[in-house]
Amino acid sequence: MSAGAVAPPLGARIVAETRVVAALGRRSVRQAFRRPQFLAPIIIFPSLFLAVNTGGAGRAVDLPQFPPVNGFLDFQLAGAMLQSTMLAGVSAAIALALDIQIGFVDRLVAAPIARWSFVLGRLIATGVLGLIAGLWFLAVGLVFGAEIVAGVPGALVVLVLVGLNAIAWGTIGAAIALNSGSPSVAQGIFPIVFVILFLSSAFFPENLLLEPAKTIAEWNPMSLIADGLRDPIISELSLGPVLEGLGGIAIVAAIGAVLSARGLNKKLRSA
Amino acid sequence: MTSGVAFDFRSTWALMRRAINEIARVPAAVIPAVLAPTIFMCGLAAVFGNLTQLPGFTTDEYLTFILPVGFLQGAAFTGAATGVNLARDIELGWFDRLLASPAPRGVLLAGTVLSASLRVLMPITLLMIVGLALGVSFPGVDGLVIAVLLASCFAAVAACYGVILALKFKTQAAAPLMQAGVFMAVLFTTAYAPQALLTGWLQDVARLNPVTQILEAVRQGFVGEVTWADTWPGLLALAGLGVLMIGFALRGLRRAGN
Repeated sequence: MSAGAVAPPLGARIVAETRVVAALGRRSVRQAFRRPQFLAPIIIFPSLFLAVNTGGAGRAVDLPQFPPVNGFLDFQLAGAMLQSTMLAGVSAAIALALDIQIGFVDRLVAAPIARWSFVLGRLIATGVLGLIAGLWFLAVGLVFGAEIVAGVPGALVVLVLVGLNAIAWGTIGAAIALNSGSPSVAQGIFPIVFVILFLSSAFFPENLLLEPAKTIAEWNPMSLIADGLRDPIISELSLGPVLEGLGGIAIVAAIGAVLSARGLNKKLRSA
Repeated sequence: MTSGVAFDFRSTWALMRRAINEIARVPAAVIPAVLAPTIFMCGLAAVFGNLTQLPGFTTDEYLTFILPVGFLQGAAFTGAATGVNLARDIELGWFDRLLASPAPRGVLLAGTVLSASLRVLMPITLLMIVGLALGVSFPGVDGLVIAVLLASCFAAVAACYGVILALKFKTQAAAPLMQAGVFMAVLFTTAYAPQALLTGWLQDVARLNPVTQILEAVRQGFVGEVTWADTWPGLLALAGLGVLMIGFALRGLRRAGN
């Protein structure tokens, strides 16, 4: 900025940054739809896993300790949405790492925009993809006979939680990309997603898990999110599980935000 | 004639060695495929372990029931990885040079898919070590030999499927299609529960899916005695799939050269 230049007013700056973030977010969403390797983990794999789990372990509802549900599909929907949003976070990590690798992020850092805008754009896109995944799984569930006991308000609560969870996992993805800068490292996170999910109540009731998964699931914040997502589907809307779900999302987002900030600082220092 | 056959063997072995060398050169690309079946085995056993309480479940050790699924998953992932590697070779132009070489198409295919048969031994070994450490019953020498041979051959069949898609799409972007295809083939079977305990559409799909027969043949030594009655349907299903996939892969290779 030259010596006599006047900084634009705060309102104008916010509008300009919002436009930048929106443009970067749109680019990220379009990227996901153009490249099947980004979209497949969000929609295809969780759908297949949902189908296999439902058909293969559907008789689990006959177990005496299983909570009352209309069907095993109803119970599994939350797990599929959770898996989808976590994989959306990993896909975001791969995409951001590719952007770092090809120098796109360096160009953004050199541009007269806020340094965090490219991360925020990616997070918003991940949230949008999470919402799309949420709508997809609700639609699949309804088509194949699931019921959302809490009705339309329950479905809306589910979508809000899914979107927020996608953003929270987007921060984890951003942290991985910014700290490693390597798409291969981001790709290697895929199996860890499954480990985290298997050690939570995402796919089965906590009381029916085998040890040590049962004990770990009690402490895993993903169990809070899974139960929060599931509650409006299998029972009437109640505040407690939803707040617990939000709490779980806040824990994930806080970890991701701290690690992302560290990665961003590291990236800016090296730029 | 003899020198021609010797040349074919040497070419096949060279291609296999090249694929196996990648394990040492790019370990980061191999580790997920090696670890994934073990992670799935442990995870699924922890999550669905109590299914054995259902009346009609054929064993009371879910880990023992699910471990053979890991054998076929390892084979499937290895096969898909072979397809992705071929797609990368096509993108980089390396495969065009192979097509221009005097090696017959059958040799190019054999070298590519047989490497998958060897590479699958890595996830299988890890599965067995972890499984036995966690208390899986030893399937007996005959059960283990049959399981490893079938998984090894299934890896070659899955690799043929990967090759077909790689030759069709000529891009690594087809990777999800390769992975999803083999994922469905292995899990849309009696992977989670015996046939009688599957629900809805999966019961019908599993009955028609030839991979169910292969899985039951791999599983027999783990959950009971090895018998010819449980073995031959698996061999037949594998042979049928093999003929089909090799046929399509060779057709794709011939078209790629034109």
